[in-house]
Amino acid sequence: MSGGLAAAASTTSTGEALQFWVLGTIAVLGALCTILMRKAVHSALSLAGTMIILAIFYLANGAYFLGIVQIVVYTGAIMMLFLFVVMLVGVTAADSLKETLKGQRWLAALCGIGFGILLCAGIGNASLKSWNGLGQANSGGNVEGLAALIFTKYVFAFEITGALLITAAVGAMVLTHRERTERARTQREQSEERVRIGRNVPPLPAPGVYARHNAVDIPGLLPDGTPSELTVNATLRGRGQIRDVSRESLAELAALEQRSKRWLGRKTDETAASGGDAETENGENTANGENGENAGSARNSRGAAK
Amino acid sequence: MENLIGLLVAAPLLGAALLLCGGRRLDGKGHYIGTALAAASFVIGAVLFADMLGRGEHDRALHSKVFSWIPVGGFRADVAFQLDQLSMTFVLLITGVGTLIHIYSIGYMEHDERRRRFFGYLNLFLAAMLLLVLADNYLLLYVGWEGVGLASYLLIGFWQHKPSAATAAKKAFIVNRVGDVGLSIAIMLMFTTFGTFTFAPVLTDVDNASEGKLTAIGLMLLLAACGKSAQVPLQSWLGDAMEGPTPVSALIHAATMVTAGVYLITRSGAIFESAPDAQTAVVTVGAVTLLFGAIVGCAKDDIKKALAGSTMSQIGYMILAAGLGPIGYVFAIMHLVTHGFFKAGLFLGAGSVMHGMNDEVDMRKYGGLRKYMPVTFVTFGLGYLAIIGFPGLSGFWSKDKIIEAAFAKGGTEGWILGGAALLGAAITAYYMTRVMLLTFFGEKRWVPDEAGNEPHPHESPSSMTIPMIVLAVGSVFAGGLFSLNDSFLKWLEPVTGHSHGDSPLSAATVTAGTMVVLVIGVALAWAQYGRRPVPRTAPRGSLLTRAARRDLLQDDFNHVALVKPGQYLTRGLVYVDHKLVDGVVNGTAAGVGGLSGRLRKLQNGYARTYAVSMFGGAAVLIAATLLMRAV
Amino acid sequence: MNPVNYLYLAALLFTIGAAGVVIRRNAIVLFMCVELMLNACNLAFVTFSRLHGNLDGQIIAFFTMVVAAAEVVVGLAIIVTVFRSRHSASVDDASLMKL
Repeated sequence: MSGGLAAAASTTSTGEALQFWVLGTIAVLGALCTILMRKAVHSALSLAGTMIILAIFYLANGAYFLGIVQIVVYTGAIMMLFLFVVMLVGVTAADSLKETLKGQRWLAALCGIGFGILLCAGIGNASLKSWNGLGQANSGGNVEGLAALIFTKYVFAFEITGALLITAAVGAMVLTHRERTERARTQREQSEERVRIGRNVPPLPAPGVYARHNAVDIPGLLPDGTPSELTVNATLRGRGQIRDVSRESLAELAALEQRSKRWLGRKTDETAASGGDAETENGENTANGENGENAGSARNSRGAAK
Repeated sequence: MENLIGLLVAAPLLGAALLLCGGRRLDGKGHYIGTALAAASFVIGAVLFADMLGRGEHDRALHSKVFSWIPVGGFRADVAFQLDQLSMTFVLLITGVGTLIHIYSIGYMEHDERRRRFFGYLNLFLAAMLLLVLADNYLLLYVGWEGVGLASYLLIGFWQHKPSAATAAKKAFIVNRVGDVGLSIAIMLMFTTFGTFTFAPVLTDVDNASEGKLTAIGLMLLLAACGKSAQVPLQSWLGDAMEGPTPVSALIHAATMVTAGVYLITRSGAIFESAPDAQTAVVTVGAVTLLFGAIVGCAKDDIKKALAGSTMSQIGYMILAAGLGPIGYVFAIMHLVTHGFFKAGLFLGAGSVMHGMNDEVDMRKYGGLRKYMPVTFVTFGLGYLAIIGFPGLSGFWSKDKIIEAAFAKGGTEGWILGGAALLGAAITAYYMTRVMLLTFFGEKRWVPDEAGNEPHPHESPSSMTIPMIVLAVGSVFAGGLFSLNDSFLKWLEPVTGHSHGDSPLSAATVTAGTMVVLVIGVALAWAQYGRRPVPRTAPRGSLLTRAARRDLLQDDFNHVALVKPGQYLTRGLVYVDHKLVDGVVNGTAAGVGGLSGRLRKLQNGYARTYAVSMFGGAAVLIAATLLMRAV
Repeated sequence: MNPVNYLYLAALLFTIGAAGVVIRRNAIVLFMCVELMLNACNLAFVTFSRLHGNLDGQIIAFFTMVVAAAEVVVGLAIIVTVFRSRHSASVDDASLMKL
């Protein structure tokens, strides 16, 4: 930062150099993580890290105002917006990184390497040996300097940017707003329709609840051990966010239960009250299964009646 | 008075519009309307004529502007009429003969269910022909010129259910088109040379134009005249045009329309006088045609086609006279008028004969008809005497003058032209005597037609005979009247001018020579057809006879010289079009299609593919920038 | 150390971002990569500002941020809308103009 104060310098302080090399490496790693992480949430977090490092670099370069804005606006607002959308779209959904377009990855690599080399060649070509530093410009304070420019030289651009922001806000509202063209059906109407159609007359079966995952994304199991899709919320089904209950994971669960049972058994030996608790939990589980089966049989009988 | 000129054209035009648009309601009285309007036109013409006679010799011309047709900047083409002595002569001929033929057609077309339409076409013809002779500029004349061509086409093909008539109509139309192209080119040349089409400025301004241009204009006008007046080399349509109803042959293809060429050349006299080469071409065409038509007329057994050959030959005389310049203009027009009378009369007579003979046209199957149709015989006979130039009758006065004028041309040219005209007179006497003898004299040679109906020759109704009588009277007296005190010469001289030339022969010598060849021609025909019985089927005949029967091979010539090369050219063009043009077009299309099919693969809809191309493009841009800086 | 190194870092980050745009299918990640590219540009601007000794570069970077904010708002709204109708945030699934 001392370089920023010098009128014309040819090198920066060692501290800044050290900071650059350490944080720069982390920033590149963060960028790489952003593009390589399978889950969007991880990407977003990596990007947030990179942006914070960039904010530090802004500060190091004498852009105090921008450094703060970078943290507040970018990392604070924009990245949070990203996270909101990620939540909306499905936070657990992981992308496959397998390429589907033929030759896309090769082309991307070729273009990326070529582009990077050419860009660096261009910068190297500029061969900058000495620079002015911001001592002069920042002498009255960085924020004041920027304000003077924004409200004089760049005042029209500034005004137009304001209009742009308004437009963007309205545009986003228009895009996400959905006009309701018909009255929402009341609960009574929905239940009456269910009865009329004769499907799902009783409430839908509850999802499977295991000791380890008390979550709505685990399907309940039918008596024969197959997972029932019906037990999972339609939105999660739509996103494909049903937790895997394949044979392996079931076996894993069974082993877990075995272990906990053994652990509980030991506990039972010590305190009966705990065992009763365990019994109750198991009973609940069974009841759930029965419930599912009951629902299934009810369906079947209805189907036969028809 | 000027306003009456427009009515002259408007009356028959109104008739045509009424009859052609009026529908079946007018079927019963259409022919009366048509005839009445033609007669009205004649009456107007007569009134104008009387008015014109009442004025001095040099201010007889009337001018009437109807409206401004094409005003463009400084240039203007008007619909304007000019009625001078020359136009007046034509107006009276057209409306007079036209009215007579309208009357004749009432009887002749009585049994035709499309009679109303026929009269509509006749009225259309009259209007167009009057427009042609009354126009004060070449552009309006061209309108009339095309109008008569259209009417001629419609009337030749009037019985279009006959393939021969439909073909003849097309032939006439196409051959005429060749001539019309000549007229349109002539008009364009006039425009570039003089900047106007109006007669008066063009014809007074000829001295300022180069002779080459005038020759070109003259030759183009001659081409137009050849087409319309059936002169060599565009003569081939006239014989076939006889497929039309006989009144049409009489009015259009004998008396009026075919003489439009003579009118055109006479009207444009100033151009030809300044272009001697064009004049030579005119007299050559005239001389060749008068012999050509006469020879064809000798060989034809079809009465109408024999008369058509004669028409061709007589118009050849007129063209010859018109080509002689001021020596001949007056006589060309005079012969035109007298020819209008006697040839119309002859055609009407022929129509009357056909009417009585179940539409038989082969003269070898007539014979001895004078007892059965006396009126027709007398009127036809008077027409015959007039055309061969029997002393005292119309043809004698006009034709004799033309022969004189041909000799008066002077030099070798004069001798050749005079000789040709004399020879033509001899042949005219021969073929007309032949027609006369075959038709009205000798023994009966009638045969039943295909349906087995024995013909019962009878005199035609009075609506047909009266026009014939009127025309016969004209054939007898018109020439004498015109020559009395040189009245016709004095009448036309202010318009066409006149000079006597320097004839190497005296008038009496020429007349004597004409008489001698006349007698020779008649005697030859008598020897061949009068003394001996005539066979019903034509003998094989000499080579010339056979050629003449085929119209002196004109169609064969056209076929070999024009149709065949045209067909080969067309075939070649079609081949080039199919293989080369279509090949290029289809090849381009296939090439574009194939290329697009391949390029389409780039456009796969995946945004990331487009992103890669953008990325690569950016890289290329940087590379280009660096390279430019390095250089 | 020469501040030009910041420029090299910006170039590197920009290239990484561009590569991410090209290889990732998830529209949200794709957007993050675009943001990364914009940030790389901003770093370059800020560095230029320092090298030139005036604040214009920082102004440009400031405007870039504003525009990026607007862009993100609209872009994410589009993603939500597309997701709502197609039940997918993959840009490859949206390869047709209409459903």
